[in-house]
Amino acid sequence: MIEVRFFASLREEMGREGAQLEPSEASTIGEVWERVADGKKRPANLLMARNMDYSDADTPVVDGDEVAFFPPVTGG
Amino acid sequence: MNIEIRENQFSPWEEIQRYEKEVLDPVHAGQYGAATVFSGTMREFNEGDGVSGMFLEHYSGMTDSYLEKISQEAAERWEVLDTLIIHRVGVMMPNDPIVLVAAWSAHRGVAFEAARFLIEELKSRAPFWKKEQLEEGERWVEHNTPA
Repeated sequence: MIEVRFFASLREEMGREGAQLEPSEASTIGEVWERVADGKKRPANLLMARNMDYSDADTPVVDGDEVAFFPPVTGG
Repeated sequence: MNIEIRENQFSPWEEIQRYEKEVLDPVHAGQYGAATVFSGTMREFNEGDGVSGMFLEHYSGMTDSYLEKISQEAAERWEVLDTLIIHRVGVMMPNDPIVLVAAWSAHRGVAFEAARFLIEELKSRAPFWKKEQLEEGERWVEHNTPA
């Protein structure tokens, strides 16, 4: 299973905390987005992480991964 | 080298005193010639609006690993003797401290550069998000103010 998580304003836009995918449903982070985004275009400033490391849309995903999508960060 | 995420209010100045007394490695005693401290506090205004409260969300786990990563990077790039980062999460009010970054070194140049690097990396890449409480509802902060 691939665990998908959304954070901050993106979570509110999506209306959910995340999703779960079968590993056969996506082989890259970009494909994960397409499966979970209900047709929403990927925002240009969207940030992506695989297993808590910054990644990009071409990063491969495998069973057991946690993939996170979130807006630009505003800490500090 | 320490990083901490705090859910409760903290005093940056008491943290610095405690850290210097209890955590800094005595093996380097006599070498700590410079300490630089950045303390960030919640304002009561942002982008022309009054802000009465704030919620700070984070990606638990990734924030910790990211702050550890930049602390490690600072230690590799500069001759720092130690660094400390404390960041608040959860519900907070104006005048609450949000973030503390400190760097210790033998000389001021290194201490200033390392602390500046840590706060700028934190602000641009560490997964924290601010949601502000305004008079008329709430809003997510979309970008940080320039350095």
